[in-house]
Amino acid sequence: MDQFTINLLFVGGSFALYFGIAIWARAGSTKEFYVAGGGVHPVLNGMATAADWMSAASFISMAGLIAAGGYANSTFLMGWTGGYVLLAMLLAPYLRKFGKFTVPDFIGDRFYSTTARLVAVACLIIASVTYVIGQMTGAGVAFSRFLEVDNNTGLIIAAVVVFFYAVLGGMKGITYTQVAQYVVLIIAYTIPAVFISLQLTDTFIPAIGLFSTHTESGLPLLQKLDEVVRELGFRDYTADVENKLNMVLFTLSLMIGTAGLPHVIIRFFTVPKVADARWSAGWALVFIALLYLTAPAVASMARLNLLTTIYPSGPTEQPIEYAERPDWVQTWETTGLIKFEDKNGDGRVQFYNDVPAFQDEAAARGWEGNELVVNRDILVLANPEIANLPGWVIGLIAAGGLAAALSTAAGLLLAISSAISHDLIKGSINPNISDKDELKVARISMFVAIVVATYLGMNPPGFAAQVVALAFGIAAASIFPALMMGIFSKRVNSTGAIAGMLAGLISTLVYIFVFLGWFFIPGTANLANTPDNWLFGISPLSFGAVGAMINFAVAFTVSSMTPPPPKEIQDLVESVRYPQGAGGAVDH
Amino acid sequence: MSDHNTNAEKYWQANLRLILGSLVIWALASYGCAILLRPMLSGIHIGGTDLGFWFAQQGSILVFLFLTFFYAWRMNKLDEEFGLEE
Repeated sequence: MDQFTINLLFVGGSFALYFGIAIWARAGSTKEFYVAGGGVHPVLNGMATAADWMSAASFISMAGLIAAGGYANSTFLMGWTGGYVLLAMLLAPYLRKFGKFTVPDFIGDRFYSTTARLVAVACLIIASVTYVIGQMTGAGVAFSRFLEVDNNTGLIIAAVVVFFYAVLGGMKGITYTQVAQYVVLIIAYTIPAVFISLQLTDTFIPAIGLFSTHTESGLPLLQKLDEVVRELGFRDYTADVENKLNMVLFTLSLMIGTAGLPHVIIRFFTVPKVADARWSAGWALVFIALLYLTAPAVASMARLNLLTTIYPSGPTEQPIEYAERPDWVQTWETTGLIKFEDKNGDGRVQFYNDVPAFQDEAAARGWEGNELVVNRDILVLANPEIANLPGWVIGLIAAGGLAAALSTAAGLLLAISSAISHDLIKGSINPNISDKDELKVARISMFVAIVVATYLGMNPPGFAAQVVALAFGIAAASIFPALMMGIFSKRVNSTGAIAGMLAGLISTLVYIFVFLGWFFIPGTANLANTPDNWLFGISPLSFGAVGAMINFAVAFTVSSMTPPPPKEIQDLVESVRYPQGAGGAVDH
Repeated sequence: MSDHNTNAEKYWQANLRLILGSLVIWALASYGCAILLRPMLSGIHIGGTDLGFWFAQQGSILVFLFLTFFYAWRMNKLDEEFGLEE
């Protein structure tokens, strides 16, 4: 059986499973559509949250980022897991007790203001739409690589699949589909990692292999990797970072951004009790950690494997001849994600860090520039091929990457559609809409959201990387502080909360736009995006944490100068703090 | 009614203390050991590198896991102790 047929079998089989679940879990009421009826077991909810959270970025890109940056990119590992501690202690149980359907529901009620609710809806839609574009693009790429169709066809297939189970099943369908998608993606990620760990360190568990001995050289794996990259002019893999302030703020932005992303928060509305919301956060982190503890091992081992492939007799000896490169390099060359150019005409593949500090050594070896460019996103996808694993593992990786992209896209689309149908239409425009009509509006808005996301996926605005920073920045600077103050302070009033959200949102947007261009239009940046220009060395990607602090400061100052919230609002804050009398998610 | 208030008040104070303690550990593991204190811990070797690197790529995640489960277990017990469980 050829590779194409195997990929088709794995991808088709997993889709048949998702469809089956969607039909079985069809949503009949708004409550089932928005919060799956509020009856999902915490372990299953944890699994669904993990699939919801782990996107194409976690599955495909993160290991590549760590492989390239080493210690410096540990920020992603800590930032994208540490946020769950904040969720578990500061948000999830109280929002579950509050017992309504959406994030703007809480902000609108707690700050007794339609304006606050609409600001929250705007933040939610900007953050979610920017995020969903990346997922659709990722799914399109995975389809085109593994099913050998063009990118747009791949995107349309992805859109039809998501449409079917998200529109039909709502949160109920999405939840149970995500459980299946989690199982597919974690198996796909772990199997190649286990094989590679066995090959390099004789250790069965990759996370332990990372800190074990490299069998071939007898040195610890990380020490061996440091030595190899140093010989080729790269920074040590484990080298420390000079700008610690920026590293701290970037990690903090990722953490509070994670805790403030609406599609993650609404997952905690689906469990039966407050106690279950607490357990559920823990289980979500367990299922996320299974991938996040494996990722750094995949990163260092794949980097070492890549360099050993190019320098079979060691980095101080000659690299391989281009004619003798392995098959997987040839496969990826056809996609353009690996590029080779023989600059010194010796027929060999010189791969090193082309920096001034290394120029003398390179010249002494007769090298005239780095000759190989490897796109870091291929690392996870090419992993099974690098390790010579059988064809079915490649089919599994294809199904896993698609599961990661589609599960996150579905979660985001649900957050967007509920913000439109529930908060915008029912909450502001037509409060008397019937349950049945609201469900219809929810399905129509989800359909529109899918069409818009697919269109933007086909015609990406060309700023995919910045867009993710924007989504996290907005969630960190606007949504997270508003929710936290709504629970932990009785004194913050509607004027303070609105002023705080706007101050956090605008300061973060301005700081990002000044360095990356206004609305990301090329050429409109006021300052070059270099560390010298950054305020106190804070990068635009790390500014979300500062925006959050501005939000808190403004909200408290303005609230202290204006009258406290009315008695019934203070009672509402009181009631979310105690689990007693939570009941189910309230139909209203 | 005032009895209920003091009981509820005590429950909330206990919750705040628990959150504060947990967040101190949360920050020490990630921002402390893995980033700011890494140079101070560089003398402690583990698997071919130093303790700070281990915290950054593995230790902090394990600490986060422990904290979320510990918090859930402790709070669910406090709910019962104060008679505030569902």
